[in-house]
Amino acid sequence: MAVMSIFANPHRFMAVSKWFAWGFSGLGAALILFGVYQGLFIAPADYQQGDAARIMYIHVPSMWLSMFAYAFMVGASFVSIVWKHALADVAAKSAAPIGAAFTALGLITGSIWGQPMWGTWWEWGDARLVSVLILFFVFLAYMAIWQAMDTPQKAARAAAILCLVGAINLPVIHFSVDFLNTLHQKATFFAGGEEKATIGFKAPMYTVALGYLALFGGLTLLNMRAEIMLTRAEMLAQRKQAQAAG
Amino acid sequence: MSGSVSVFVRELKLAWSGGGGPVLPVGFFGVACIMTPFAVGPEIENLKTAGPGVMWIAMALASLLPMERLFQADLEDGTLDAYAGSGVAMEGIALAKTVAHWIATGIPLSLAAPILWILLQGAPEVAPMVILTSLIGSAAFFMFGAIGAALAAGVRRGGLLIALATLPLYVPTMIFGAATLYAAAIGEGWQTPLMLTGAAGLLGLAISPFAAAMALRTAID
Repeated sequence: MAVMSIFANPHRFMAVSKWFAWGFSGLGAALILFGVYQGLFIAPADYQQGDAARIMYIHVPSMWLSMFAYAFMVGASFVSIVWKHALADVAAKSAAPIGAAFTALGLITGSIWGQPMWGTWWEWGDARLVSVLILFFVFLAYMAIWQAMDTPQKAARAAAILCLVGAINLPVIHFSVDFLNTLHQKATFFAGGEEKATIGFKAPMYTVALGYLALFGGLTLLNMRAEIMLTRAEMLAQRKQAQAAG
Repeated sequence: MSGSVSVFVRELKLAWSGGGGPVLPVGFFGVACIMTPFAVGPEIENLKTAGPGVMWIAMALASLLPMERLFQADLEDGTLDAYAGSGVAMEGIALAKTVAHWIATGIPLSLAAPILWILLQGAPEVAPMVILTSLIGSAAFFMFGAIGAALAAGVRRGGLLIALATLPLYVPTMIFGAATLYAAAIGEGWQTPLMLTGAAGLLGLAISPFAAAMALRTAID
């Protein structure tokens, strides 16, 4: 609770977050550059897939981040509904476009990777692919609902409800597509199972993942700051209008 | 409790009489299914393959049609405010309205389904199963749809928002429902997918009144 109370006050949040926002973003960029360099040039080539597998250093961490971003939004939405915490709404709203971007990046890189490896850009029988695609649409719906409401308070509440309902639904979708797969008896594409990943593969992957995480934190904070400043600017404009009228 | 019952009776009357009642969604359902042979070709084998899936998509979309007005009309003319002040729990009102509209639209959709099933070259002996899965599936669609309807109640032209927010919630029901029909059509075990369709419906029933009521309380603030 001590950490939360620091962020409870928007003024204190604005004072502290500036340094964190730029610090995290810079750290993230550095880690991503280093990790991608390691992954592309230093790490050994995959013994089956050769150099094509190097796309995983972009793909796998972005999938992790897309799920982390949604989990973060679910947590923030929960805090918003239970404690009516204004900053929690701002946090969830700010994280959404970044989470959606990571999801899109994951889907696109996955598709590019899948084409040479599986011989298809898209495989509907795979639970992971389909549930991530639905996750992407939930991100879109979440952002759409923020746009559609006439007051920010109503939008915050409606978006939080949608986010929580989506959190229940997403595991169900994953499970149901798995079921579809077993029903149709499709061939498994990850033939041979997951090969033991050695440290040579792991290190760049974790570096990029940490970089993404830092970038996500930094960009979310920047978005939150912009959101709070926008609200303040609107309040000032309204006050000015009221003064001019009165 | 009695308050919820009288809301239910009122809604049932309104849903049957007001604005064409079930005619429009059922008509849409029929036309959407009948378009299929024109698009995939009239060959029996093609239709047998595409039929059950197309029927479920058409039913999901037809279930969305009543959603835009489910709560919006009552929000606009102040009925929801009166309900909120009446002391009846908003959860009960949301559930009563959803069930009333399911009876008025979902059941007619389910009764139309076997006719369309046979038109799409489905085996006639599976028709009772079509009615059963459609009843369960449309109930699930209405439960999940009510969440989207409540979220978009205060939004003008909220229909597209409802579709975007609701269709991801329809996915499990659609997969299990269509899987039941495919399994029944080729004489395989349909019990498991049927039970899972029911589970999706029960999940909707468990979430929907609370999520919808929360959204409606926000909308009338």
